[in-house]
Amino acid sequence: MSDIERPRYIPVLLLDRQRRLVKTVAFGERTYVGDPFNVIRLFNEKEVDELCILDIDAGRDGYEIDHGFVAELAGECFMPLAYGGGLRDVRQCAPLVRNGVEKFVLGAGTTNPALIGALAGVYGSSSVVACVDYRGGHAFVDGGQRDTGLSPLALAKAAVAAGAGEVIIQSIERDGARTGMDLAMIGTVAAELPVPVIALGGAGEVAHLAEAIDAGAAAAASGSTFSFIGRLRAVLVTYPEDLTDKTGGAP
Amino acid sequence: MIRIVDYGVGNIASLVNMFGHLGFDAVPTDDAAAIARADHLVLPGVGAFDHAMRQLAARDLVAPLHDAAARGAHMLGVCLGMQLLGRSSEEGKLPGLGLIDAVTVRLPAIGRDGKKLSVPNIGWHMLEKPRMSPLLDNATRPERFYFVHSYHMICAEPNDVAGTILRGGDQVTVAVSRDTLHGVQFHPEKSHRHGMSLLEAFARL
Repeated sequence: MSDIERPRYIPVLLLDRQRRLVKTVAFGERTYVGDPFNVIRLFNEKEVDELCILDIDAGRDGYEIDHGFVAELAGECFMPLAYGGGLRDVRQCAPLVRNGVEKFVLGAGTTNPALIGALAGVYGSSSVVACVDYRGGHAFVDGGQRDTGLSPLALAKAAVAAGAGEVIIQSIERDGARTGMDLAMIGTVAAELPVPVIALGGAGEVAHLAEAIDAGAAAAASGSTFSFIGRLRAVLVTYPEDLTDKTGGAP
Repeated sequence: MIRIVDYGVGNIASLVNMFGHLGFDAVPTDDAAAIARADHLVLPGVGAFDHAMRQLAARDLVAPLHDAAARGAHMLGVCLGMQLLGRSSEEGKLPGLGLIDAVTVRLPAIGRDGKKLSVPNIGWHMLEKPRMSPLLDNATRPERFYFVHSYHMICAEPNDVAGTILRGGDQVTVAVSRDTLHGVQFHPEKSHRHGMSLLEAFARL
């Protein structure tokens, strides 16, 4: 990845059913982080590499994507935007694209090769991100509730074979732990897949994200790193400085 | 007024948003007459090459785009829209618009040093500028842009190349300019102030 001059650091924003931003621990306990529009505006000012917004209740509750709301969110984004949560049909994506979402993040849909293939056929593989959540060596869907019986690598490979252009590999156990990422798993998956791998889960500081990049990830994503500061997890939206602002620009 | 060619393929809202933020009117249209008459045309696009060409053809927009180019309209192809300006693509069988003498090929999966390269190429790259060009001149500091692509353009005429990135030891053409025709492989509408500066330069042409 050395030619990509700056590793991609991706804040992940979790929306709940009340359209609030929250941060979870091990896919459970939730902490309120803020109003999505305020937080997106802050990340915009900080010129983040990319944003990933996931509605973590849409899949399980089964409600429809509110395209008006997504359009408002995307309208604030002058950076790449990935959106996930409740995607089950290729027809949901035309309005998402029109409103400025360029990547679709599939959760339960990761186990649906027909859906992945249909999305890749219309929007291209690079628009389809498979999010593989795992714990104890197994990939889980539906917010960590349902065991697919597959290893994370097997599910990721199947998703890529079906047409996914990017894979998020997320440790459920490390979610919100802020102690570091699962470098062994990240390294294994990144070495085996032909597509970019995004590490997620466990980071609490930028150094953790850098470790994941060193382990082979093309990008490192985090909720906690960019939302919390200090041992007591005070909410503070932060992001590393833009390298192009430094004298001479290139790192 | 800037016309954004709206043919069902691409991130129209992001372009409209950014032009609006910069204080320019950018209006999506699939109206052949409006496109043929436009001063400033943006051709967006994501997805498959043939799908996009079929969508243009289905709306009878191929001839109007040629008319606009022949009249000297300022045209900016973005991402797949850049590739459509060329003659053909390895990704598909249909001819492109043929406005720029270039072909599009798949990104290599192995670098010159033998190392694996991810395809699609997703992420930020610093742009290298082999020559002066109208959209990229005005930036004094290094510019980074956001890329999402599996294919890239190869120009028959080296002077058409306005920007490159280094990937796996190879220079990859990611920006072209020929007279009033421009194309960028990256997404200026998703590249913060770097993209704003480019789109503003285009709007002021």
